[in-house]
Amino acid sequence: MKRRYAVTLLVLALAAGGVAHAQDRFPRPEFKSDYATPTLQVPNAPDSVYEFIDLGVLAAAVIAMSAIALKLRSRNAIFVLSIASLVYFGFIRRGCICPIGAIQNVTLALADPTYAVPLSVVGFFLVPLAATLFFGRTFCAGVCPLGAIQDLVVLKPIKIPKPAAAVLGVVPFLYLGLAVLFTAAGIGFVICRFDPFVEIFRFGSRLEILAYAGVLLGIGVFVARPYCRFLCPYGALLSVLSRFSRRHVTISPTECVECRLCEDACPVDAILPPAGGAAGGTGEPRRASVRRLTVSVLLIPLLMAAGAAGGKLLEGFFVRLSPDVALQTALAAEKAAGTADAAEETRLFRESGETEAALAARVDRTKAVLSIGSALFGAFVGLVIALKLLGLAVPPANTSYVPDRAACVSCGRCFRACPQEHVRLRGRINSPTSLE
Amino acid sequence: MKSKKPGKNPKKKMTRREFLRVGARAGLALGAAGVAGGAFLRGRQTADLRWQLDPDKCIQCGRCATHCVLTPSAVKAVHAYDVCGYCELCSGYFKPNALLLDTAAENRLCPVSAIKRTFVEDPYYQYTIDTDLCIGCGKCVKGCQSFGNGSLFLQAMHDRCVNCNECAIARACPARAWTRLPASAPYMLKGKSRGSGDAKK
Ligand code: SF4
Ligand code: SF4
Ligand code: SF4
Ligand code: SF4
Repeated sequence: MKRRYAVTLLVLALAAGGVAHAQDRFPRPEFKSDYATPTLQVPNAPDSVYEFIDLGVLAAAVIAMSAIALKLRSRNAIFVLSIASLVYFGFIRRGCICPIGAIQNVTLALADPTYAVPLSVVGFFLVPLAATLFFGRTFCAGVCPLGAIQDLVVLKPIKIPKPAAAVLGVVPFLYLGLAVLFTAAGIGFVICRFDPFVEIFRFGSRLEILAYAGVLLGIGVFVARPYCRFLCPYGALLSVLSRFSRRHVTISPTECVECRLCEDACPVDAILPPAGGAAGGTGEPRRASVRRLTVSVLLIPLLMAAGAAGGKLLEGFFVRLSPDVALQTALAAEKAAGTADAAEETRLFRESGETEAALAARVDRTKAVLSIGSALFGAFVGLVIALKLLGLAVPPANTSYVPDRAACVSCGRCFRACPQEHVRLRGRINSPTSLE
Repeated sequence: MKSKKPGKNPKKKMTRREFLRVGARAGLALGAAGVAGGAFLRGRQTADLRWQLDPDKCIQCGRCATHCVLTPSAVKAVHAYDVCGYCELCSGYFKPNALLLDTAAENRLCPVSAIKRTFVEDPYYQYTIDTDLCIGCGKCVKGCQSFGNGSLFLQAMHDRCVNCNECAIARACPARAWTRLPASAPYMLKGKSRGSGDAKK
């Protein structure tokens, strides 16, 4: 009983003197016994060297994948390497950091002077981009763990109607634009938050994300690689670079015999049929196609201006997505209503002792970024749509079945289906010294 | 390689396309290198970064236990023994209204009984956190911070933390206590340990 009284007194006394610095309420005891004060031990972080090892593994895997897809031309080897990559970058390294997410780190480094992006993260961002300029999207073939896991479930791919695919194909660019905008404005890393597969890699428990992954993988049985084709913001970047790549996987190792077997083999509808006449035109008069081209080029500034106006209309919506803005609004509402600490967020804000001025400064920065950024975002979307239209207006030049460099993910299914490839393989068995 | 190109077009057309392609490729390469190089040069950060919370800013809201992508959280309570008063009536160990000051579970603040109380000498007790049991709820930290020396505090343990690109706790932390620290010094400790493995100079 006496002790309890003492505690109460102690608590009261301390509560009254609560402003006293926490660290000197009780003196350090002077031990009479030979008790030695233990020192605080904390586990080391894994060595930075591992990040550079990861970067090395990434570069080696992309180069190996390029060699396999372009030279060795073995779908089985692509498959094996993609499984290895899924295990390493997915389940062992647990999905962070990845090139897709690195878009945000690079953006943040450009937008926020207090953030310094580590060299290895820049490397993760750059290596697949560089490889794609040389070899096409071999990173997507299976070095990317997100691509690899989706490729595993492609069982009954169906063809998507061209117009639907074209419209859905704009979504990754929207996602890219929003991810950059939200990172720059300090709203958050949306790519990471909505990474569908990271919960699988970490055996995590966020149910909504696991459900999202389940839906994507379920759809992915029929619509191959739905994340890669209709969501992935990094894929959007890669598809642009891949158009201009130095080399690219070829379907037939020699002459295309136009058997169309590859068309059915490609799960992502990335095979372009020959464009008709030997001149590579579509048969329509040259004047008409030139006119179409001119109109499409003139459309670029028009669509960009329209996009900028549209983006500006979304500004208010973007502003409200910022947690800082939401907090400031809630604080103002409470002040107006005279009720303090009604919501958890505002109560914790007051408890944290942060000043409203600091909050206001962050809100102002967010608003300033969004004021220009939402228009830029709109203009970017306008540009993407205009360039897609321009792409439709440029007469295709291919005279046989070729992979569409933007959409092809170098998975290797088409050349396994190509009869000329079977001729090549038989030839190789007969004369094992020949590499070609 | 060249000879394998299926069905070449007439030379002139091919050349123009090829020219555009090479130009675009060079432009895109420069663009990508410029963006990445610019981003890197702004900070010149060669070391890798780790998430950590500043115990002086933390208000023990409890979100460290609930918002980490790991279950249990990578955040744990740690103890700066050289700041501790070795109190018999530890306000981080006992509930303030504990009826009997024995170590029965219902008298303890810690919901998972992760704190071990060992007798040192009269009237001093040592309090040790079992990191494997601790869920990072911060209840003990709050108790110690409010009525004690503040020797208990929370830290992200870097043998567990998977170093998310955007820490899920940092996003939710109402005290904005989280920052990225160099991987070589990824802790913000209290007491004498401050400075060892600690980024604050
Ligand atoms: S490698 Fe062939 S099958 Fe695979 S995506 Fe490219 S064109 Fe389609
Ligand atoms: S979320 Fe922030 S305030 Fe809450 S316990 Fe963690 S560090 Fe402390
Ligand atoms: S009270 Fe919470 S933070 Fe403290 S040791 Fe127990 S579980 Fe860990
Ligand atoms: S970085 Fe990820 S694992 Fe580490 S404390 Fe934050 S949420 Fe948890």
